[in-house]
Amino acid sequence: MKRQMLVLFSGFLFAIGLGISEMTRPEKVLGFLDIFGHWDPSLAFVMGGAIAVYAVALQLAGRRETPGFSDRFRIPERSDITPSLIIGSALFGIGWGLVGFCPGPALVAAAAMITPALYFVPALIAGVLLHRFTFDR
Amino acid sequence: MTEFTPYAATIGGALIGLAAALMLLFEGRIAGISGILSGLFKRGEDDTPPAWQALFIGGMALGGVVLLLVQDAVGRDMVMTKLELSPLLVVGAGLLVGFGTRLGNGCTSGHGVCGIPRLSLRSILATLIFMAMAVLTVFVTNHVFSFGGLS
Repeated sequence: MKRQMLVLFSGFLFAIGLGISEMTRPEKVLGFLDIFGHWDPSLAFVMGGAIAVYAVALQLAGRRETPGFSDRFRIPERSDITPSLIIGSALFGIGWGLVGFCPGPALVAAAAMITPALYFVPALIAGVLLHRFTFDR
Repeated sequence: MTEFTPYAATIGGALIGLAAALMLLFEGRIAGISGILSGLFKRGEDDTPPAWQALFIGGMALGGVVLLLVQDAVGRDMVMTKLELSPLLVVGAGLLVGFGTRLGNGCTSGHGVCGIPRLSLRSILATLIFMAMAVLTVFVTNHVFSFGGLS
């Protein structure tokens, strides 16, 4: 039960962080990406704040054999640069730049019944499943 | 157009980092939203509580509802948009983001927030690519043509 509460709370906190930083608002994200227009650097500070806290957590994790509740750390160990990584990231970037939603903010905005997110999330899920059916056998 | 909000951005970012840190320190998992969303549609795996992905996304959804309920009292727009986005554009973007993040194994959270501080070459490269493509897309859709959200 403790574990379930922690996972639920982490998701909740993640959403609150996105809300306070207004990353849930596509205009805020597009404002960051619009470096040739009325540029809003906020997103860089969101990234900076998140990365600073996570870097400390990585240090703490490095001193432990196992996580608090689980049997092992599941940290990606791949280091190969593949065409999939490059093409996938490029496609994601195009979609992100079109409307200013990436997966996290879109899910939060959809839960708050924000109209464009209600179109975006089903398409997002369709895209995930399209990838699954294309590449997993 | 939005104004630069350095304090709210940093505090919000720190909370996002803290949420990802909890997942790392207690569950040993990367808080990558595209991966978690994708995991919702897969069979459960060893150890971690079954359907943990549903719990995490449920927590995010709860957060979205709370933001909606408190934003007037707080006097800040946190979950609202004034953009008038064409539904067709939004659906196309959603497909690209869903397909692209799975092909590229991550999004802003997994590659950006969790990957950059690990100094993962894959994540740093992925972040540079999706940032650059997004900047280019915003430029082309709003300044060359005018069907983007800002135009």
